[in-house]
Amino acid sequence: MENTMDIIENPFSKSNNNKGKEIKEKAVIGITQIAVLLIIAILFVILGIIIYQGRDKFSWEFISSFPTDGMTKGGIFPALIGTFILVIVMSIAAVPFGTITAIYLTEYAHEKSKFAAAVRFSIRTLAVVPSIIFGLFGLGFFIQFMGKGMDSTFNGGELHWGQPNILWASLTMALLTLPVIIVSVEEALKTIPRELREASLALGATKWQTIKQVVFPGSISGIMTGTILAVSRGAGEVAPILFTGAAYYLATLPGSLSDQFMNLGYHVYIMSTQSSDVEKTMPIQFATTLVLLILTLSLNLVAVVIRSRIRRKAK
Amino acid sequence: MNSPLPKEPTFTKESLKKQFRLSEFLAEKVISSVAFLSIAIIFLIFIFVFKESLPLFSAAEKVQVQTETQTITGATVETYGSETSTESEPETYGEPAESLEPETYGTPTEELNPVAEESSEPETYGTVTEDLNPDSASEEVVAVDEKVTQNNEGEDRTWSTFFTTEWVPVSDNPRFGLIALLIGTLKVTLIAMLIAGPLAILAAVYTSCFASNRRKEIIKPIIEMLAAFPSVVIGFFAMMVLATFFQDIFGYDSRLNAFIGGVAMALAAIPIIYTISEDALSAVPKTYTEASLALGASKAQTAFSVILPAATPGIFAALLLGVGRVFGETMIALMATGNAALLSANPFESVRTFAATIGSEMAETVFGETHYSVLFFIGSLLFIFSFILNAVAEFYVKGKLIKKFQGK
Repeated sequence: MENTMDIIENPFSKSNNNKGKEIKEKAVIGITQIAVLLIIAILFVILGIIIYQGRDKFSWEFISSFPTDGMTKGGIFPALIGTFILVIVMSIAAVPFGTITAIYLTEYAHEKSKFAAAVRFSIRTLAVVPSIIFGLFGLGFFIQFMGKGMDSTFNGGELHWGQPNILWASLTMALLTLPVIIVSVEEALKTIPRELREASLALGATKWQTIKQVVFPGSISGIMTGTILAVSRGAGEVAPILFTGAAYYLATLPGSLSDQFMNLGYHVYIMSTQSSDVEKTMPIQFATTLVLLILTLSLNLVAVVIRSRIRRKAK
Repeated sequence: MNSPLPKEPTFTKESLKKQFRLSEFLAEKVISSVAFLSIAIIFLIFIFVFKESLPLFSAAEKVQVQTETQTITGATVETYGSETSTESEPETYGEPAESLEPETYGTPTEELNPVAEESSEPETYGTVTEDLNPDSASEEVVAVDEKVTQNNEGEDRTWSTFFTTEWVPVSDNPRFGLIALLIGTLKVTLIAMLIAGPLAILAAVYTSCFASNRRKEIIKPIIEMLAAFPSVVIGFFAMMVLATFFQDIFGYDSRLNAFIGGVAMALAAIPIIYTISEDALSAVPKTYTEASLALGASKAQTAFSVILPAATPGIFAALLLGVGRVFGETMIALMATGNAALLSANPFESVRTFAATIGSEMAETVFGETHYSVLFFIGSLLFIFSFILNAVAEFYVKGKLIKKFQGK
């Protein structure tokens, strides 16, 4: 059998002179496979080491108590609360803004509208601008321009808003996370079938009524995904709040929007680079990193699950 | 057949005409103006980051203003162009000095008279870091005092020092050698891209060309999970674990160096490059693959000589965005590169990147100082760079891809 096949040189036959090719083929595929495995391995190594090193210190007490002894002992409660306040204020600012922009892009913008193209381009640019630039912008715009402006008009020049605080840090973070929200909401809006919109319009509803009562309710899950992803991102970013409101150590929790705050990511940064005794506080640093990682990864996981559900529904 | 038309048709031209509804009109306008804000934000970011670096460009005018105002000692001057010059206010941080501001008409410069520093204590910006870096803080007080005496020539010199290789922002003779920072940034970017580029692209090829659907569904979310790692966590990991690990292997002197920074940044860039290249590879029409396989090419041959070349523009875009990410990455650079502005080709020496310079020094500068303006200037450079990268990735690449797949 094999001999006859070889005579007509069947390209599909697996004869001896093809063996070299086969090995090469396997090697090439193997290399790409190794790349995938390597990336996944690195990911789990990072996760594993941080969990391993942080697990001793990680406890309810650690999460719920204040740092003591010049931050060489105690917990991370204020940093956690600071991060929560930051992401809440950030979401309040970014979610409506992002949702409305996404509604514009899917519902109102014409396919070939130059304006919509410019909006899309700006959003993508916003997504790639380095996070430190947002920090500079927060300092130059929110603190120097808005804050100082508010002080000179309302407070008679007394410094109140013209310095780093939660509000400015949150707004800076809101700008950073805006693209995340817009993209998720847009994706969710696109999964709403055209027929639903057309049915609503055919029944005599106006465009705004359609959006309000048909499109918007269908996009709630998308808004949730976007918000969760944005919170996950905002909780982890440090560069934008370096000079817009994060504080090294505060003895009390922030009482108003014009206070500074502690932040988990910033806490990790200063503890590992500027602490009085980096070696001694190592367990605290790993445990803080672990808390931050659990926070961001679990939020991300929830978002991924919701998103895949939306996609499945769309199919 | 000739049935007469009803006298009053249900749909007249009038009733079919789109009715003007105020609420509809308002909703549309409000929604599109909110959308417009995202365009405005881009402009605002550029304007306000660039604005703070403006004093550098008007050094000549500045000298003139200083001579005018130097007569009034102890006053803080700040003029925001002509429209706000009437309500200019004291600008020293944390110390609202009540003093009269001499108005300087017609000079659209914004500056802080260094003379003020003599009377009012120079408060550093983030009071938090002040006590952490006692060296630099005290150094700065000295520097500021000394700068007052030699300020006029110092201002003029700022520009010329940009092209030197020394970055010594805080001294009695400050030098802002951007070249040293540029080399450092490029070095880290190169190392990061050499690691992240091949790894991410190979992984993307595997996912989109070889993996079964089930594997694909597992691999993609896991690698994308890497994107959810905050950069401060990656930086921390690099600093605590990777640095020691690689030092044990290679045995170099400085624990934190360009190589460690590059490896850590590669981790941050991999998910970006992977996701975008994977999209690009999956976007290659199925007909390409089928034609290639039908001609007798193997799977690997198809992947590397048909699909990969077809997706080149998309992969190029992925690499560009990866470069953008690494170039502007702050926290990893701050924590893992050692932050010394050394000039050497050795990858195992400490380096200092643009972004890390902004991140670490901004807290120690005084508003309006040359150093402050230089940092904002670096910020505008970073912004322009990432803007251009994105624009190239967007227009050039997209145009090419569309042309390619439509066979034009």
